[in-house]
Amino acid sequence: MIPPAFDYHAPRSVSEAVGLLGSLGADAKLLAGGHSLLPMMKLRFAQPAHLIDLNRIAELRGICEDGGDVVIGAMTVENDLIGNAILQAKVPLLAEAPKLIADPQVRNRGTIGGDIAHGDPANDHPALSLAVDATFVLQGPKGTRQVKAGDFYLATYMTALAEDEILVGIRVPAFAAGTGWAYEKLKRKTGDWATAGAAVVLRMAGGNVTHARIALTNVAPTALRATDAENALIGQPLSDATVDAAAQAARAICDPAEDLRGDRDYKTAMAGHMVKRAIRAAAARCR
Amino acid sequence: MPKKIINVTVNGRAHEEAVEPRTLLVHFLREQLNLTGAHIGCETSHCGACTVDIDGRSVKSCTHLAVQCDGAEVLTVEGLANAGVLHAVQEGFYKEHGLQCGFCTPGMLVRSYRLLIDNPNPSEEEIRAGISGNLCRCTGYQNIVKAIQYAAKKLREPQSAAA
Repeated sequence: MIPPAFDYHAPRSVSEAVGLLGSLGADAKLLAGGHSLLPMMKLRFAQPAHLIDLNRIAELRGICEDGGDVVIGAMTVENDLIGNAILQAKVPLLAEAPKLIADPQVRNRGTIGGDIAHGDPANDHPALSLAVDATFVLQGPKGTRQVKAGDFYLATYMTALAEDEILVGIRVPAFAAGTGWAYEKLKRKTGDWATAGAAVVLRMAGGNVTHARIALTNVAPTALRATDAENALIGQPLSDATVDAAAQAARAICDPAEDLRGDRDYKTAMAGHMVKRAIRAAAARCR
Repeated sequence: MPKKIINVTVNGRAHEEAVEPRTLLVHFLREQLNLTGAHIGCETSHCGACTVDIDGRSVKSCTHLAVQCDGAEVLTVEGLANAGVLHAVQEGFYKEHGLQCGFCTPGMLVRSYRLLIDNPNPSEEEIRAGISGNLCRCTGYQNIVKAIQYAAKKLREPQSAAA
């Protein structure tokens, strides 16, 4: 399978890329890791006349601290998130969870920004971004603007990213001391998308949950923040009853598409289990 | 679509070649450079038979454009042996029967080569995770793991390290 013909552009800076995107218009697609776009082009689901390859833009790669935030360049590949010292210290969920994404070779190409901006609810970073309260930095011809992960996802493959904008960075507030975290992902095999996944960020004090963010992967047209599930925990001790209540609240918002991974009931049930597992795992990491 | 000129080093040899932007790296290697070691398997970045090394990282060459390799160093299975002497991972697959049909082997070898540079003394679990992007439908992986363990041991021996 060979993609349809296109013209290839390899800008060296974000401003050059934004300029190309503006002049080439809707016929152009941005190429990040290529592990979603190139397969779609092979199948003719996408036939852009121009590819703007972001891989040679050095300023889009890397992880740094900015005040109380960690800023991740959108073209940082998954394998460079895994075990990164800054992420490990400040937002360890993002240093661990990418181990569950794809396989070693794909993680050398696949980028956090591509995973976020593609808008596929089966991708893992949308739910992770919701759980860590990430903000996406978008750059267009008029400059940059910031959009919260919670405001970014509109529908499957539809996001708040405008046609003339590029996702350039992901800002994540550092976890408060003692924060627990987990990402639980049920998948059939390495490289598969989640049958269901749950990301949990938790803080506890005096035996009660004081902070909870819960987000779900691949059980609806977009990643979901499970606010009712969070509210079932906040102010409560962690018990079988409260964890069950959170899982019940998470199941209630699931709207998965039936496919070879399972029917709607199965996926919804598995989302509940992933939520329970992730809450327990996050709680075990709370200090 | 007009072709683009790329300069790419493959197995230590510099090439200047004209490529269509849509040409996938695996097709460039096989059809333009006649390096047929990297295999075209699933074409969907799942099976790993097309794995090559680009600038020190394992990549699936079916999901990478040749034009993106301008200025890059690529290693394929053809570049592993040195002056007719098998690399330790190749010797390991031979000694430990790490293949039956051989289709996955070029990808397995190139991936194993990089895995053992990144982690010279991997546990069995780390080996299995390290080759999780390479599918074999014959041997059930047991002998592949043994082959990589054989190579790891050989590469850690002082005389091999100097070679």
